[in-house]
Amino acid sequence: MTASTETGHPNVLAKAVREGLFAGVISFFMFLLFVGIETYQDINNALVWRTRWGLLAIFVAVAAVGRFLTVGFIKPHLDQRKLAKAKSGVLEISESKSFFHRHFLKIALIFLVLYPFLSLMIVGKQGSLKYVDNFGIQILIYVMLAWGLNIVVGLAGLLDLGYVAFYAVGAYSYALLSSYFGFSFWLLLPMSGILAALWGVILGFPVLRLRGDYLAIVTLAFGEIIRLVLINWTDVTKGTFGISGIAKASFFGIWSFDTGTANNFVRAWGLSASSVYYKVFLFYIILALCMLTAYVTIQLRRMPIGRAWEALREDEIACRSLGINTVTTKLTAFATGAMFGGFAGAFFATRQGFVSPESFVFLESAVILAIVVLGGMGSLTGIAIAAMVMVGGTEVLREMSFLKVVFGPDFTPELYRMLLFGLAMIIVMLFKPRGFVGSREPTAFLKERRAVSGSFTKEGHG
Amino acid sequence: MALGTTTMTNDTILKVEHLSMKFGGLMAINDLSLEARRGEITALIGPNGAGKTTVFNCITGFYKPTMGMLTLQRRDGKEFLLERLRDFEIPKLAGVARTFQNIRLFSGLTVLENLLVAQHNALMKASGYTLLGLLGFPTYRRAVDASIEKAKYWLDKADLTDRADDPAGDLPYGAQRRLEIARAMCTNPELLCLDEPAAGLNPRESAALNTLLHQIRDEGVSILLIEHDMSVVMQISDHVVVLEYGQKISDGSPDHVKNDPRVIAAYLGVEDDEVEEVIAIELEGGNH
Repeated sequence: MTASTETGHPNVLAKAVREGLFAGVISFFMFLLFVGIETYQDINNALVWRTRWGLLAIFVAVAAVGRFLTVGFIKPHLDQRKLAKAKSGVLEISESKSFFHRHFLKIALIFLVLYPFLSLMIVGKQGSLKYVDNFGIQILIYVMLAWGLNIVVGLAGLLDLGYVAFYAVGAYSYALLSSYFGFSFWLLLPMSGILAALWGVILGFPVLRLRGDYLAIVTLAFGEIIRLVLINWTDVTKGTFGISGIAKASFFGIWSFDTGTANNFVRAWGLSASSVYYKVFLFYIILALCMLTAYVTIQLRRMPIGRAWEALREDEIACRSLGINTVTTKLTAFATGAMFGGFAGAFFATRQGFVSPESFVFLESAVILAIVVLGGMGSLTGIAIAAMVMVGGTEVLREMSFLKVVFGPDFTPELYRMLLFGLAMIIVMLFKPRGFVGSREPTAFLKERRAVSGSFTKEGHG
Repeated sequence: MALGTTTMTNDTILKVEHLSMKFGGLMAINDLSLEARRGEITALIGPNGAGKTTVFNCITGFYKPTMGMLTLQRRDGKEFLLERLRDFEIPKLAGVARTFQNIRLFSGLTVLENLLVAQHNALMKASGYTLLGLLGFPTYRRAVDASIEKAKYWLDKADLTDRADDPAGDLPYGAQRRLEIARAMCTNPELLCLDEPAAGLNPRESAALNTLLHQIRDEGVSILLIEHDMSVVMQISDHVVVLEYGQKISDGSPDHVKNDPRVIAAYLGVEDDEVEEVIAIELEGGNH
């Protein structure tokens, strides 16, 4: 770390050239068969191959030049900056945080409350539909699901790969009870939560003697069982056709959002007809549900049961040696997490107006779990940010029509969603292995509240 | 000793009768009987693999014994058959707390939180199984204050007050051992089982541990401990039980055990026939 770190030093440049060439050679062989050769069917339907040396050259050049620049210029520059910082004595963890940093949560909440109005003001009614519904509501549903799963995975350390089952139970509870019995949204919302919690307990009983990988597999199976029941129990669930025409939520029974009713919201307020009002209303419902989830999670963490969940994640045997009934503790974690999944499911059903087993595939469970892991297990802020990046990112991809200019007219960016998802996860896990927010806030303190570094907390073994 | 009878005088806290534990074909403990007296420090010693930790795991419910009876009598006269209780009920109902040979702390929780988790059952009841607590009932608030006071008391005893807000995993080894004992004490036990509490401690930490154990005994809590370090055992225990190959070979005061030829043979590793010889000489010497 002496003179050799300086940019332009012959040693560094020589090393950069060497490593650049090396990277070029490796990438040449790596991409030779993948990129350099393409197979296609000719006019006689015979499979023939042709070479794409130009494209291969681009790949190799990007790798070689990229490596050369990284080793030769970027890394020495970063090292130097670090060295300068260390010399000046300013620690990276400085006590004085910026205004934005200190009041981040308040600013975020105010922004969320104003979000529909801002969008109405800036892009108008028709444009707002996209921003309120596709971005706002979609992201908040995943925030809520991830916060619910966070209780099971992040706090209690039980790896649940079938969380979408509870989401499905909530959605179908609302869809079936509302279309068969005509109950209102506000009655069915708590009922869906309770039914999902009940299923959480039913699932919990047999599987809680399992740990780690085994628990993950069984919960995965449970998620599939629920989905297959929904597909095959056609008398009740109408199978893959799904249930359509699910009742909309009303404004606490005062105003309805169904067109043509006497107490229609739009007519009562003398507004011009648009579905955006209903979307804004839904936005506030899911925002309120998210806030409820966050509030309950924060409160429960300070209760003995919440501490027991975290203790369970850290060491189950020690828990038992302290007289904690681990079975009931795990069951409450499962049931609480499932309840929030159920709430989100009921909301999903009323928002879509249509549910089918298609919406509750394993991929959904995986995405929710990925959000929890990326955000940092146990951290509400981190998870909210992760949900925004993952779900919002998917929506943004749909908007990127300019990519068609680059990659040709056949390119549909949303098909590359999973590829980019994976790439994003690898990058985040490389630089932030504990997720966006890896530290843990203690629930009690004597003198000062200090965050616990992620290196001490455990992930739990089921 | 009047073994096999179920009468228990009030000064016996734990009575182990004809305890056997089999793992497949291995007889880890073979017909072991022992007693621990109230308010005393009882040490369980023996060479490696003698079955000491197995006895502990049977007492604290982590193993179900193949045979035998484990009776615990609480101060108010209530008796519990430990082999019939589930593992978490033993600390909860019978008042037996334990520590582990390889320390098991909640390393991601702070030192204070570790001590609060130990008071889970009392706090759960006070919080009305979470419902009253969520509503902020005053009884729960008072229970929380009391739990913090108790945690402070044991933090002070274990000399950990300065580190109360640090993660438990960040403590040095000796402090982790003391924290594990403090955490066990926060469950309000009547019998504290310590599995090699002095293992890996330097002489100064070891001395601090002795003081802590004496303080715990002076509070009326009986202690059962496994230890390898003979100097610790001889210094602090009132009563020593020696195990070898799952059987008891000696039982009595530290002085008695120290001079028992079978114990010496077990520790120094003498051939079996030599043991007979040593005992014969001993008996002869006694006859003279």
